[in-house]
Amino acid sequence: MEAYLNLFVKSIFIENMIFAYFLGMCSYLAVSKTVKTAVGLGFAVIFVLAITVPINFLLDTYLLQAGALSWLGSAYADLDLSFLSFIMFIAVIASMVQLVEMIVEKFAPALYGALGIFLPLIAVNCAILGGSLFMQQKDFSGVAESAVYGLGSGIGWLLAILAIAAIREKITYSNVPAPLRGLGITFIITGLMALGFMSFMGIKL
Amino acid sequence: MPEKKATLLFVNKEREPLFSKKNRKLLSDPMDDNNPITVQVLGICSALAITVQLKPAVVMSISVMAVMAASNVIISILRNLIPNRIRIIVQLVVVASVVILVDQILRAYAYDVSKELSIFIGLIITNCIVMGRLEAFALGNGVWKSFLDGIGNAAGYGVILILVAFFRELFGSGKLFGFQVIPDAVYEMGYVNNGLMLLSPMALITVGILIWIQRSRNRTLIEKN
Repeated sequence: MEAYLNLFVKSIFIENMIFAYFLGMCSYLAVSKTVKTAVGLGFAVIFVLAITVPINFLLDTYLLQAGALSWLGSAYADLDLSFLSFIMFIAVIASMVQLVEMIVEKFAPALYGALGIFLPLIAVNCAILGGSLFMQQKDFSGVAESAVYGLGSGIGWLLAILAIAAIREKITYSNVPAPLRGLGITFIITGLMALGFMSFMGIKL
Repeated sequence: MPEKKATLLFVNKEREPLFSKKNRKLLSDPMDDNNPITVQVLGICSALAITVQLKPAVVMSISVMAVMAASNVIISILRNLIPNRIRIIVQLVVVASVVILVDQILRAYAYDVSKELSIFIGLIITNCIVMGRLEAFALGNGVWKSFLDGIGNAAGYGVILILVAFFRELFGSGKLFGFQVIPDAVYEMGYVNNGLMLLSPMALITVGILIWIQRSRNRTLIEKN
Protein backbone atom coordinates (compact mmCIF):
# COMPACT_ATOMS: atom_id res chain seq x y z
CA MET A 1 0.00 0.00 0.00
CA GLU A 2 2.79 2.34 0.94
CA ALA A 3 4.49 1.77 -2.39
CA TYR A 4 1.33 2.79 -4.24
CA LEU A 5 0.96 5.93 -2.15
CA ASN A 6 4.58 6.78 -2.80
CA LEU A 7 4.15 6.33 -6.54
CA PHE A 8 0.97 8.41 -6.44
CA VAL A 9 2.59 11.36 -4.69
CA LYS A 10 5.66 11.06 -6.87
CA SER A 11 3.68 11.15 -10.09
CA ILE A 12 1.69 14.18 -8.97
CA PHE A 13 4.41 16.39 -7.58
CA ILE A 14 7.92 15.22 -8.35
CA GLU A 15 7.45 13.87 -11.84
CA ASN A 16 4.76 16.33 -12.75
CA MET A 17 3.88 15.96 -16.42
CA ILE A 18 4.10 19.67 -17.12
CA PHE A 19 6.76 21.00 -14.82
CA ALA A 20 9.23 18.15 -15.07
CA TYR A 21 8.66 16.78 -18.58
CA PHE A 22 6.72 19.52 -20.41
CA LEU A 23 4.17 17.03 -21.66
CA GLY A 24 0.86 18.39 -22.83
CA MET A 25 2.21 21.91 -23.11
CA CYS A 26 0.26 22.72 -26.26
CA SER A 27 -3.18 22.34 -24.75
CA TYR A 28 -1.85 23.65 -21.45
CA LEU A 29 -1.00 26.94 -23.14
CA ALA A 30 -4.03 27.05 -25.40
CA VAL A 31 -6.78 26.23 -22.90
CA SER A 32 -5.53 27.99 -19.77
CA LYS A 33 -7.14 31.36 -20.38
CA THR A 34 -10.00 30.79 -17.93
CA VAL A 35 -10.26 28.51 -14.91
CA LYS A 36 -13.54 26.97 -15.99
CA THR A 37 -12.34 25.49 -19.27
CA ALA A 38 -9.03 24.54 -17.70
CA VAL A 39 -10.78 22.43 -15.05
CA GLY A 40 -12.90 20.76 -17.73
CA LEU A 41 -9.90 19.76 -19.76
CA GLY A 42 -8.00 18.72 -16.64
CA PHE A 43 -10.70 16.26 -15.58
CA ALA A 44 -10.95 14.85 -19.08
CA VAL A 45 -7.18 14.27 -19.06
CA ILE A 46 -7.32 12.51 -15.66
CA PHE A 47 -10.11 10.29 -16.94
CA VAL A 48 -8.38 9.29 -20.15
CA LEU A 49 -4.94 8.82 -18.54
CA ALA A 50 -6.34 6.64 -15.77
CA ILE A 51 -8.02 4.40 -18.36
CA THR A 52 -5.43 4.22 -21.12
CA VAL A 53 -2.29 3.65 -19.06
CA PRO A 54 -3.50 0.35 -17.51
CA ILE A 55 -4.94 -0.83 -20.84
CA ASN A 56 -1.69 -0.10 -22.59
CA PHE A 57 0.17 -1.82 -19.76
CA LEU A 58 -1.82 -4.99 -20.35
CA LEU A 59 -1.29 -4.79 -24.10
CA ASP A 60 2.40 -4.20 -23.60
CA THR A 61 2.90 -7.11 -21.21
CA TYR A 62 0.74 -9.67 -22.96
CA LEU A 63 1.19 -8.75 -26.62
CA LEU A 64 4.11 -6.54 -27.46
CA GLN A 65 7.13 -7.17 -25.25
CA ALA A 66 9.82 -9.63 -26.19
CA GLY A 67 8.48 -13.07 -25.28
CA ALA A 68 5.11 -11.68 -24.23
CA LEU A 69 3.25 -13.94 -26.61
CA SER A 70 4.48 -17.12 -24.94
CA TRP A 71 0.97 -17.75 -23.57
CA LEU A 72 -0.01 -18.61 -27.14
CA GLY A 73 2.38 -21.53 -27.24
CA SER A 74 6.10 -22.12 -27.46
CA ALA A 75 6.21 -21.22 -31.15
CA TYR A 76 5.46 -17.61 -30.29
CA ALA A 77 7.78 -17.38 -27.30
CA ASP A 78 10.63 -15.54 -28.99
CA LEU A 79 8.52 -13.01 -30.86
CA ASP A 80 9.29 -9.34 -30.16
CA LEU A 81 6.63 -6.91 -31.34
CA SER A 82 7.78 -3.94 -29.29
CA PHE A 83 8.40 -1.86 -32.40
CA LEU A 84 4.63 -1.77 -32.85
CA SER A 85 4.08 -0.13 -29.49
CA PHE A 86 3.74 3.45 -30.80
CA ILE A 87 0.98 2.61 -33.24
CA MET A 88 -0.74 0.32 -30.74
CA PHE A 89 -0.72 2.92 -27.99
CA ILE A 90 -1.98 5.70 -30.19
CA ALA A 91 -4.73 3.48 -31.59
CA VAL A 92 -5.84 2.57 -28.07
CA ILE A 93 -5.79 6.20 -27.03
CA ALA A 94 -7.71 7.42 -30.06
CA SER A 95 -10.36 4.73 -29.72
CA MET A 96 -10.65 5.16 -25.94
CA VAL A 97 -11.17 8.87 -26.42
CA GLN A 98 -13.90 8.14 -28.94
CA LEU A 99 -15.49 5.64 -26.57
CA VAL A 100 -15.31 7.98 -23.60
CA GLU A 101 -16.87 10.69 -25.71
CA MET A 102 -19.78 8.46 -26.66
CA ILE A 103 -20.35 7.22 -23.10
CA VAL A 104 -20.23 10.69 -21.64
CA GLU A 105 -22.62 11.95 -24.30
CA LYS A 106 -25.11 9.19 -23.52
CA PHE A 107 -25.03 9.16 -19.72
CA ALA A 108 -23.92 12.64 -18.69
CA PRO A 109 -25.07 15.18 -21.26
CA ALA A 110 -24.27 18.08 -18.93
CA LEU A 111 -20.68 16.95 -18.55
CA TYR A 112 -20.53 16.38 -22.29
CA GLY A 113 -21.61 19.94 -22.87
CA ALA A 114 -18.79 21.12 -20.65
CA LEU A 115 -16.09 18.79 -21.96
CA GLY A 116 -17.43 18.37 -25.48
CA ILE A 117 -14.88 20.26 -27.51
CA PHE A 118 -11.92 19.11 -25.45
CA LEU A 119 -12.42 15.38 -25.67
CA PRO A 120 -11.27 14.97 -29.29
CA LEU A 121 -8.33 17.25 -28.53
CA ILE A 122 -7.12 14.86 -25.87
CA ALA A 123 -6.21 12.19 -28.40
CA VAL A 124 -3.35 14.38 -29.53
CA ASN A 125 -2.33 15.57 -26.08
CA CYS A 126 1.30 14.57 -25.53
CA ALA A 127 0.61 13.93 -21.86
CA ILE A 128 -1.59 10.94 -22.68
CA LEU A 129 0.83 9.19 -25.01
CA GLY A 130 3.68 10.28 -22.74
CA GLY A 131 2.01 8.56 -19.80
CA SER A 132 1.86 5.29 -21.74
CA LEU A 133 5.44 5.59 -22.97
CA PHE A 134 6.76 6.35 -19.49
CA MET A 135 4.77 3.39 -18.21
CA GLN A 136 6.57 1.22 -20.76
CA GLN A 137 9.93 2.59 -19.64
CA LYS A 138 9.30 2.19 -15.94
CA ASP A 139 8.64 -1.55 -16.03
CA PHE A 140 5.77 -1.60 -13.57
CA SER A 141 5.12 -4.91 -11.88
CA GLY A 142 1.33 -4.93 -12.14
CA VAL A 143 -1.79 -3.30 -13.50
CA ALA A 144 -2.54 -1.60 -10.19
CA GLU A 145 0.77 0.23 -10.24
CA SER A 146 0.24 1.48 -13.76
CA ALA A 147 -3.31 2.60 -12.91
CA VAL A 148 -2.04 4.54 -9.90
CA TYR A 149 0.62 6.11 -12.07
CA GLY A 150 -1.91 7.12 -14.72
CA LEU A 151 -4.26 8.62 -12.17
CA GLY A 152 -1.45 10.46 -10.40
CA SER A 153 -0.03 12.01 -13.55
CA GLY A 154 -3.51 13.11 -14.57
CA ILE A 155 -4.07 14.83 -11.25
CA GLY A 156 -0.66 16.48 -11.52
CA TRP A 157 -1.63 17.80 -14.94
CA LEU A 158 -4.93 19.16 -13.61
CA LEU A 159 -3.07 20.85 -10.77
CA ALA A 160 -0.69 22.55 -13.18
CA ILE A 161 -3.32 23.81 -15.61
CA LEU A 162 -5.56 24.97 -12.77
CA ALA A 163 -2.74 26.98 -11.23
CA ILE A 164 -1.68 28.65 -14.46
CA ALA A 165 -5.28 29.43 -15.44
CA ALA A 166 -5.89 31.13 -12.12
CA ILE A 167 -2.70 33.16 -12.49
CA ARG A 168 -3.55 34.13 -16.06
CA GLU A 169 -6.99 35.32 -15.01
CA LYS A 170 -5.41 37.65 -12.49
CA ILE A 171 -2.57 38.77 -14.71
CA THR A 172 -4.93 40.55 -17.10
CA TYR A 173 -5.08 43.28 -14.47
CA SER A 174 -1.35 43.85 -14.38
CA ASN A 175 0.85 45.88 -16.64
CA VAL A 176 2.91 43.31 -18.52
CA PRO A 177 5.45 44.64 -21.09
CA ALA A 178 3.66 44.58 -24.44
CA PRO A 179 5.90 42.06 -26.25
CA LEU A 180 5.61 39.64 -23.36
CA ARG A 181 1.82 39.74 -23.20
CA GLY A 182 0.03 36.45 -23.60
CA LEU A 183 2.39 33.68 -24.58
CA GLY A 184 5.68 35.13 -23.32
CA ILE A 185 4.61 35.83 -19.78
CA THR A 186 2.88 32.45 -19.57
CA PHE A 187 6.14 30.75 -20.41
CA ILE A 188 8.05 32.69 -17.79
CA ILE A 189 5.43 32.09 -15.11
CA THR A 190 5.43 28.38 -15.92
CA GLY A 191 9.19 28.42 -15.55
CA LEU A 192 8.93 30.02 -12.13
CA MET A 193 6.25 27.55 -11.10
CA ALA A 194 8.44 24.69 -12.26
CA LEU A 195 11.20 26.13 -10.09
CA GLY A 196 8.78 26.00 -7.17
CA PHE A 197 7.79 22.42 -7.95
CA MET A 198 11.44 21.42 -7.88
CA SER A 199 11.37 21.86 -4.13
CA PHE A 200 9.25 18.69 -3.99
CA MET A 201 12.21 16.75 -5.29
CA GLY A 202 13.47 14.12 -2.92
CA ILE A 203 10.21 13.79 -1.00
CA LYS A 204 9.65 10.18 -0.12
CA LEU A 205 6.92 8.60 1.90
CA MET B 1 14.12 34.15 -60.95
CA PRO B 2 12.75 35.47 -64.22
CA GLU B 3 15.51 34.17 -66.49
CA LYS B 4 14.98 30.53 -65.63
CA LYS B 5 12.17 28.42 -66.96
CA ALA B 6 9.91 26.33 -64.79
CA THR B 7 10.65 22.64 -64.88
CA LEU B 8 9.14 19.92 -62.81
CA LEU B 9 12.31 17.86 -62.69
CA PHE B 10 15.59 18.18 -60.84
CA VAL B 11 14.82 20.32 -57.87
CA ASN B 12 18.05 20.31 -56.00
CA LYS B 13 19.23 23.89 -55.87
CA GLU B 14 17.45 26.71 -54.12
CA ARG B 15 17.50 28.80 -57.28
CA GLU B 16 15.32 26.41 -59.24
CA PRO B 17 12.08 27.97 -60.47
CA LEU B 18 9.92 25.46 -58.64
CA PHE B 19 10.72 27.68 -55.71
CA SER B 20 8.52 30.49 -56.90
CA LYS B 21 8.15 33.47 -54.63
CA LYS B 22 5.08 31.99 -53.01
CA ASN B 23 6.74 28.64 -52.46
CA ARG B 24 9.81 30.23 -50.95
CA LYS B 25 7.54 32.05 -48.56
CA LEU B 26 6.27 28.68 -47.39
CA LEU B 27 9.83 27.85 -46.46
CA SER B 28 10.91 31.15 -44.96
CA ASP B 29 7.80 32.29 -43.11
CA PRO B 30 7.93 29.65 -40.40
CA MET B 31 11.49 30.69 -39.60
CA ASP B 32 10.41 34.06 -38.31
CA ASP B 33 7.00 35.70 -38.56
CA ASN B 34 5.03 32.50 -38.46
CA ASN B 35 7.31 30.38 -36.32
CA PRO B 36 5.56 27.22 -35.15
CA ILE B 37 6.86 27.51 -31.60
CA THR B 38 6.87 31.19 -30.76
CA VAL B 39 3.89 32.33 -32.84
CA GLN B 40 1.66 29.37 -33.65
CA VAL B 41 2.30 27.75 -30.23
CA LEU B 42 2.68 24.25 -31.64
CA GLY B 43 5.03 21.51 -30.58
CA ILE B 44 6.26 22.98 -27.34
CA CYS B 45 6.31 19.71 -25.42
CA SER B 46 9.34 18.16 -26.99
CA ALA B 47 11.00 21.48 -27.72
CA LEU B 48 11.76 22.05 -24.08
CA ALA B 49 12.63 18.66 -22.72
CA ILE B 50 15.48 17.77 -25.05
CA THR B 51 17.32 21.08 -25.23
CA VAL B 52 19.83 20.47 -22.48
CA GLN B 53 22.51 19.75 -25.08
CA LEU B 54 22.91 20.62 -28.74
CA LYS B 55 23.34 17.11 -30.09
CA PRO B 56 19.95 15.66 -29.14
CA ALA B 57 18.34 18.93 -30.21
CA VAL B 58 19.87 18.65 -33.69
CA VAL B 59 18.92 14.99 -34.01
CA MET B 60 15.40 15.80 -32.86
CA SER B 61 15.03 18.61 -35.40
CA ILE B 62 16.18 16.34 -38.21
CA SER B 63 13.78 13.60 -37.11
CA VAL B 64 10.88 16.02 -36.91
CA MET B 65 11.77 17.35 -40.35
CA ALA B 66 11.75 13.85 -41.83
CA VAL B 67 8.45 12.98 -40.14
CA MET B 68 6.78 16.22 -41.15
CA ALA B 69 7.89 16.11 -44.76
CA ALA B 70 6.88 12.47 -45.18
CA SER B 71 3.53 12.68 -43.40
CA ASN B 72 2.62 15.97 -45.08
CA VAL B 73 3.27 14.40 -48.48
CA ILE B 74 1.31 11.23 -47.67
CA ILE B 75 -1.69 13.07 -46.26
CA SER B 76 -1.62 15.50 -49.14
CA ILE B 77 -1.74 12.63 -51.62
CA LEU B 78 -4.62 11.03 -49.73
CA ARG B 79 -6.43 14.26 -48.95
CA ASN B 80 -9.35 13.68 -51.29
CA LEU B 81 -9.85 10.10 -50.13
CA ILE B 82 -9.98 10.63 -46.38
CA PRO B 83 -13.50 10.90 -44.96
CA ASN B 84 -13.74 13.97 -42.81
CA ARG B 85 -15.05 12.23 -39.70
CA ILE B 86 -12.18 9.84 -39.23
CA ARG B 87 -9.39 12.07 -40.46
CA ILE B 88 -7.72 12.37 -37.05
CA ILE B 89 -7.29 8.62 -36.75
CA VAL B 90 -5.99 8.37 -40.32
CA GLN B 91 -3.51 11.13 -39.63
CA LEU B 92 -2.39 9.50 -36.40
CA VAL B 93 -1.81 6.18 -38.13
CA VAL B 94 0.22 7.77 -40.93
CA VAL B 95 2.31 9.80 -38.52
CA ALA B 96 2.80 6.85 -36.17
CA SER B 97 4.08 4.66 -39.00
CA VAL B 98 6.56 7.31 -40.11
CA VAL B 99 7.71 7.82 -36.53
CA ILE B 100 8.24 4.08 -36.09
CA LEU B 101 10.51 4.16 -39.15
CA VAL B 102 12.50 7.10 -37.78
CA ASP B 103 12.76 5.44 -34.38
CA GLN B 104 14.05 2.19 -35.85
CA ILE B 105 16.60 4.04 -38.00
CA LEU B 106 17.84 6.01 -35.00
CA ARG B 107 18.14 2.86 -32.92
CA ALA B 108 20.15 1.21 -35.65
CA TYR B 109 22.55 4.04 -36.46
CA ALA B 110 22.62 6.37 -33.45
CA TYR B 111 21.79 4.24 -30.48
CA ASP B 112 23.20 6.52 -27.76
CA VAL B 113 21.28 9.56 -29.00
CA SER B 114 18.15 7.48 -29.33
CA LYS B 115 18.56 6.41 -25.69
CA GLU B 116 18.98 10.04 -24.69
CA LEU B 117 15.84 11.15 -26.51
CA SER B 118 13.99 8.23 -24.87
CA ILE B 119 10.26 8.74 -25.14
CA PHE B 120 10.45 11.99 -27.03
CA ILE B 121 10.89 10.32 -30.41
CA GLY B 122 7.64 8.49 -29.78
CA LEU B 123 6.06 11.74 -28.74
CA ILE B 124 6.60 13.19 -32.22
CA ILE B 125 3.36 11.34 -33.01
CA THR B 126 1.38 13.65 -30.77
CA ASN B 127 3.60 16.64 -31.41
CA CYS B 128 1.01 19.28 -32.16
CA ILE B 129 3.24 20.71 -34.85
CA VAL B 130 2.82 17.63 -37.05
CA MET B 131 -0.92 17.29 -36.50
CA GLY B 132 -1.40 21.04 -36.67
CA ARG B 133 0.24 21.39 -40.07
CA LEU B 134 -1.55 18.31 -41.40
CA GLU B 135 -4.87 19.80 -40.38
CA ALA B 136 -4.13 23.34 -41.40
CA PHE B 137 -2.16 22.80 -44.57
CA ALA B 138 -1.70 19.33 -46.01
CA LEU B 139 -5.43 18.56 -46.05
CA GLY B 140 -6.03 21.48 -48.38
CA ASN B 141 -2.95 21.85 -50.53
CA GLY B 142 -0.98 20.05 -53.22
CA VAL B 143 1.85 17.63 -52.67
CA TRP B 144 4.79 19.89 -53.46
CA LYS B 145 3.45 22.79 -51.40
CA SER B 146 2.75 20.47 -48.47
CA PHE B 147 6.28 19.10 -48.69
CA LEU B 148 7.72 22.63 -48.55
CA ASP B 149 5.40 23.54 -45.71
CA GLY B 150 6.55 20.50 -43.76
CA ILE B 151 10.22 21.28 -44.30
CA GLY B 152 9.72 24.96 -43.52
CA ASN B 153 7.83 24.44 -40.30
CA ALA B 154 10.21 21.76 -39.12
CA ALA B 155 13.08 24.14 -39.84
CA GLY B 156 11.39 26.90 -37.85
CA TYR B 157 10.95 24.42 -35.02
CA GLY B 158 14.57 23.34 -35.33
CA VAL B 159 15.85 26.91 -35.22
CA ILE B 160 14.21 27.53 -31.85
CA LEU B 161 15.30 24.13 -30.55
CA ILE B 162 18.90 24.74 -31.50
CA LEU B 163 18.91 28.31 -30.16
CA VAL B 164 17.56 27.20 -26.79
CA ALA B 165 19.94 24.24 -26.66
CA PHE B 166 22.87 26.50 -27.59
CA PHE B 167 22.31 28.83 -24.64
CA ARG B 168 21.49 26.05 -22.22
CA GLU B 169 24.55 24.00 -23.06
CA LEU B 170 26.87 27.01 -23.24
CA PHE B 171 25.89 28.49 -19.89
CA GLY B 172 24.90 25.26 -18.22
CA SER B 173 27.97 23.18 -18.87
CA GLY B 174 30.34 25.45 -20.80
CA LYS B 175 30.29 23.13 -23.79
CA LEU B 176 28.92 23.00 -27.31
CA PHE B 177 28.21 19.61 -28.91
CA GLY B 178 30.05 18.12 -25.93
CA PHE B 179 33.28 20.04 -26.57
CA GLN B 180 34.43 22.55 -24.02
CA VAL B 181 34.31 26.10 -25.40
CA ILE B 182 34.75 28.21 -22.31
CA PRO B 183 38.53 28.13 -21.70
CA ASP B 184 40.01 26.82 -18.47
CA ALA B 185 41.52 30.23 -17.76
CA VAL B 186 38.04 31.67 -17.30
CA TYR B 187 37.18 28.96 -14.79
CA GLU B 188 40.38 29.70 -12.89
CA MET B 189 39.29 33.31 -12.59
CA GLY B 190 36.28 32.09 -10.66
CA TYR B 191 33.65 31.56 -13.38
CA VAL B 192 31.19 28.83 -12.47
CA ASN B 193 28.78 26.99 -14.75
CA ASN B 194 25.19 27.90 -14.08
CA GLY B 195 23.67 24.58 -13.11
CA LEU B 196 20.19 26.05 -13.17
CA MET B 197 20.37 26.25 -16.96
CA LEU B 198 20.42 22.45 -17.08
CA LEU B 199 17.15 22.16 -15.17
CA SER B 200 13.74 22.25 -16.78
CA PRO B 201 12.51 25.67 -15.54
CA MET B 202 15.20 27.53 -17.44
CA ALA B 203 14.06 25.99 -20.72
CA LEU B 204 10.69 27.64 -20.26
CA ILE B 205 12.21 30.95 -19.26
CA THR B 206 14.66 30.86 -22.20
CA VAL B 207 11.78 30.36 -24.64
CA GLY B 208 9.88 33.14 -22.89
CA ILE B 209 12.82 35.48 -23.41
CA LEU B 210 13.16 34.45 -27.07
CA ILE B 211 9.49 35.30 -27.56
CA TRP B 212 10.07 38.62 -25.87
CA ILE B 213 12.97 39.44 -28.19
CA GLN B 214 11.08 38.38 -31.30
CA ARG B 215 7.98 40.35 -30.44
CA SER B 216 9.85 43.51 -29.57
CA ARG B 217 11.50 43.32 -33.00
CA ASN B 218 8.24 42.65 -34.78
CA ARG B 219 5.49 44.59 -33.08
CA THR B 220 2.70 43.17 -35.24
CA LEU B 221 2.97 39.89 -33.35
CA ILE B 222 2.04 41.40 -30.00
CA GLU B 223 -1.12 39.88 -28.51
CA LYS B 224 -3.96 42.17 -27.62
CA ASN B 225 -4.69 40.42 -24.36
